[in-house]
Amino acid sequence: MKYYVYIAIERKEAILDPQGKAIEHALDSLGFKEIENTRVGKLMRLTINAGSPEAAREIAESASAKLLANPIMETFSVIRVSETPVLSTVEPEIA
Amino acid sequence: MHAVKNVLGQPDTEFVWHKEESIGKDVDLVILPGGFSYGDYLRTGAIARFSPVMKDVIRFAKDGGTVLGICNGFQVLCESELLPGVLIRNESLKFACKEVYLKVERDNTRFTSELERGEVIRIPIAHGEGNYIADADVLADLEANDQVVFRYSTAHGEVVREANPNGSLNNIAGIINKEGNVMGLMPHPERACEHILGSADGLKIFESLREYFTVTETVA
Repeated sequence: MKYYVYIAIERKEAILDPQGKAIEHALDSLGFKEIENTRVGKLMRLTINAGSPEAAREIAESASAKLLANPIMETFSVIRVSETPVLSTVEPEIA
Repeated sequence: MHAVKNVLGQPDTEFVWHKEESIGKDVDLVILPGGFSYGDYLRTGAIARFSPVMKDVIRFAKDGGTVLGICNGFQVLCESELLPGVLIRNESLKFACKEVYLKVERDNTRFTSELERGEVIRIPIAHGEGNYIADADVLADLEANDQVVFRYSTAHGEVVREANPNGSLNNIAGIINKEGNVMGLMPHPERACEHILGSADGLKIFESLREYFTVTETVA
């Protein structure tokens, strides 16, 4: 079975995020005064051949720990395991 | 390569391609050079850390072999966990390419014996990701163990924020491991080895290493 596994990688709170800061300043100058803070992370989608969604998740977690995230500065979370390559948790309507 | 082979006069210097499985036999020193690797996608040095040759480099380092990482090489050493911490995007978000001043914090390492503690040297930097960070504990440990070898400073050796080109914590430009056989730094000493290039201060690092190996071989 093919599973699409989405992984979010975030920089730890204590770690400076220069990119997020630059975007935050741009948003502020555009008038988005309600946006207090902006941080930039990464979203990855892995297509994994596995026997079950749990097995696919396990493979994704192992890959994240080994390569995709650096535990010194980042945390990762598997945010979705799906049979369709769509991030939204609401399945798309069939036209 | 030019710096070590021609300027320092070490004809046995060889390139080892990263796809090789082995660094070869009878190696005194491994230098991980600067540049870029695998587009530096994911994180700088993160993919290069799994290049075939790195297994042998890590083995060599863990056996006490001497390893020097310059710029991208420093990033690879951090990703390999041979050195603590990690290098992230410069605070300015800009690629920084200029000459900087470094204050020498350690002269009792095999990499810096020809320098003097407190001395200020002038060496170029050329990086987009040279902002050194580490957990508070790791940083405190680094300082307590005197593992910071170079800090960005003014020409007079003042370690101040204005002299910091990338936002590195504690103005860190280069560090060494606890065992003293692995050092990484963001500036490029190999680009400051001849007076015609504007500075020969970087050569002292390579001369220190030559001295170290000459003495070791004489003793052996």
